[in-house]
Order: sequence, then C-alpha cells, then structure tokens
Amino acid sequence: MSAVYVQLGYIDLAIASVLLLMAGGVSVALNLGLEKSLGIAALRTTVQLSLIGMVLKILFALVSPWWTGFAALFMIFMAGREVTARQSLRLRDGWSYSIATTSLLTAGGIVTILALTTAIRPEPWYDPRFALPLLGMMLGNTLTGISIGMERLNTTLKREKDAIEARLVLGHTRPDAVRPFVREAMRAALMPVVNAMSAAGLISLPGMMTGQILAGVSPTEAVKYQILIMFLLAGTTSIGALIAVLATSRRLGDERDRLRLDRLQQRAPVHEPK
Amino acid sequence: MLSVRNLKRLSIGPIDLDVEGGEIVALTGPSGVGKSMLLRAISDLDPNTGTLSLDGQDRDAMSAPQWRKHVMYVPAHTGWWAETVEPHFIGLDRTRVKDTLHGLNLESTALGWQVANLSTGERQRLALARALAHDPKILLLDEPTSGLDGDNAGRVETLVRAAATAGSGVVFVTHDTVQANRLSTRRVYFHDAQLHEVPQ
Repeated sequence: MSAVYVQLGYIDLAIASVLLLMAGGVSVALNLGLEKSLGIAALRTTVQLSLIGMVLKILFALVSPWWTGFAALFMIFMAGREVTARQSLRLRDGWSYSIATTSLLTAGGIVTILALTTAIRPEPWYDPRFALPLLGMMLGNTLTGISIGMERLNTTLKREKDAIEARLVLGHTRPDAVRPFVREAMRAALMPVVNAMSAAGLISLPGMMTGQILAGVSPTEAVKYQILIMFLLAGTTSIGALIAVLATSRRLGDERDRLRLDRLQQRAPVHEPK
Repeated sequence: MLSVRNLKRLSIGPIDLDVEGGEIVALTGPSGVGKSMLLRAISDLDPNTGTLSLDGQDRDAMSAPQWRKHVMYVPAHTGWWAETVEPHFIGLDRTRVKDTLHGLNLESTALGWQVANLSTGERQRLALARALAHDPKILLLDEPTSGLDGDNAGRVETLVRAAATAGSGVVFVTHDTVQANRLSTRRVYFHDAQLHEVPQ
C-alpha cells in the first residue's frame, strides 16, 4: 500500500500557490480589497501547519504519555476558547469557558480513550500517532456542537423569559419550565453531526477517508475507519453537548427556582481581524 | 397572613408589609419606582433578602414553587408557553375555570383559541383567570386592568373582590387613584424605595 503514496515536493506546493496569486490578482483587479487578508491567511496556514507538523514529528518520535497528555490538554483548552470566542451572549465570569472546556475534556477524553483501548488498540494505547489526530477530530466536531447548543440555550432562555416566568409564578419548577428549550438546544447541537452522518458518501467524502485513500489505503478499509470515526463523533458530540447544555441551564437558574438571566453577558459582536 | 420584613432587592427596601386574608391593598407610586420589582421579590422571582412568611411559615422553609403557588404574582404582561390557551389551564378545576372565564366576559371556547391571536385585553384576563384558578392565598396583581376597557375592568374588580371575600389577600399595583380608592381596603404609596401607608 505504500507503493501508491505520492510524495509532494516543495515545487508542487509552489505550483499550487500560483492559484492563490491568481485569486489575489482578481481581488486587485476588481478592487475587492481582499488581497491582504488572503495573503495573511495563506501565510498563517503555511506557518501554523508547518509548526504543527514539526511538533507532531517530535511527539510521534517520543511516544511519551506525559508529552502526549500535555498536547491533548493544550488542544482541549484551545477548543474551549474557540467555543466561546464567537458567542454573542455568554455566561459572566468565565462560566461559558469553564463549562465548554469541562464538557470537551470529559466527552473527548472518554470517547478517545475508549476508542484507543477497544477499537483501534495501538501499542502503547496512548501512541500519539493515533491519540492526537483522533482527539483533534473529536474536538473539532464537538466544539461546534457545544458552541451551537450553548448559544441556542442562552438566546432562547433570554427570548422566552416571559413564557418561562409565567410557569414559575404558577409554581412550576425551573427544570420543568426550561425543559422544552433545553431539548431544542440539544437538537440544534446534534444537527451538524446528524447531517454529516446522513450526507457521508452521498454528498461529501469525509476528509479523513479521502486522506487515507490518497495515502494508498484501500477504499473499503478507509471506509471502515470512517464509519468508526463517525460513530465516535456522534458519541462525543452528544455527551459533550449534553453536559454543556445541562450545565448552562443549571447556571441560568438557582436553588430558589429562579431564572437568572443576570448571569448572562451580551457582547458586542467582534469582527474577525482582517 | 403574609408578613414581609426587611425586604431588600437592589436599590429598594428595607420594606415591611403585612397583608391579611380578605384585605385588598392598593400599591401606588410613580413609574419606575420599583413596584413590579417589589412584587417580583415577594414572589421570590429575583434574588432578594428579608424575612417573609405566610401563615407563620417561613419562606425559606418552603420550596420556591410551593411558595409561589400560595403567593402568586400576575405580571402586567404575562408569557405563554404553548400554541393554544388550553395547555395553560391543564390540571385545574374545569368548572371553576369556566366560571371565571364567564365572569371575565370570555367565552368557554376561549380555551381553544390560538395564543398568537389574543388581544392584549384577552391575554390579561386569561392570565388573571389562570392565577385565580390556582386559589392562591395571596394575589400580587401588577396593573391588572391596564389594558382593559371600563366594563371589563369592572369585571376584573368584581372577581378580585370575590377572591378577597373567599379569604385571599390581594396586593394590586395601579396608577388610577379612583380605582385604588374604589377597590382597595387599604392603600400604600411607594416612594423613595420605601412603602408608606396612605391614611384612609
């Protein structure tokens, strides 16, 4: 299977970058003002990926449980930051970040360790060549789910304040009053992963599978891996979103069954740096 | 029946208030002084401090839902959590509900109506009917007739009196001095974050 793997040279990358220059040319010609953003993004991609390539090479050579664990934690903290970075409405005092990170750590940790020790079983089980890419895929998908779930819950509870309090004043408990909105947030959180599973193979060829096929693995083998990954993603996203949404809902209430919207913070939409 | 001592919420208080069964207390005061905030704090909808009790039983000794069932707040603009009116009346005595609706000049078919099609006045009367059907010991009414014409306001007043006669204590917010005098058995004026008894 290694015979079919085509190695890329730097010349090949340089040729591909001509397309980027063309895009920049179009931007200049049409006065779109995008050439600078394009250039910076292309540079970031090159630098970030080259760096991570080197880091992974070192980690893969070390096969140290400590360094692997350290890298995994770093990834989880960064993912937690991503969850809250673009939320316009979030919990005060860093609660959104804490909840997101805890959910990612729990869900990503459980599922990755489970997959490594039962399905993939590399030797040793924490071999970073398997553990880190696997965790990365879990985090990438789960953070989307958690982010959507938390944002949806925050905005719906705020919007439906009157309806929720109408139940509270009649003596309903807070969990009863917010349950429909917790369900709605969970559904929204799981939508992307359900869509991805439904569309897989028909509309999209998942990236990991494509990668394996390009690396010379037989499509039927690559498919088995991809199905495993899809199931793991669905599992991680469900667990992660459930923890995040329930914890957020809890934080937006208190022991006297009140709705505590004062614990939410509206943030002016921050524009992505150009 | 209801005893409020030293109640504080944000800038308002400390407030003391007693409401006995059968009493109808009119709460007046300039807009924005915190009348709604006070009623919300009494029903424990917002964080607050103070010693509150109902029939000698401390508020902290009851669960919050239990407290709110007895000390029921009816906001000026209430919310609805289902598409039609009926689910908002589930578990309540049907005959009682229909009698109340008739008393408020609403047809019994109102239960089948779409919430989205209700007028402000209909919403307000249905919200009151919803609260009355729970038979609370204390009713906290926030401008119960603000969206109603004279006839319907009169019907609301009749039902409020009936509730008081049946033994409930009532506190209602109003900007209408005539109504305050007509309906209440006692008046309090909210000013400078404090309650002041209005001499009869």
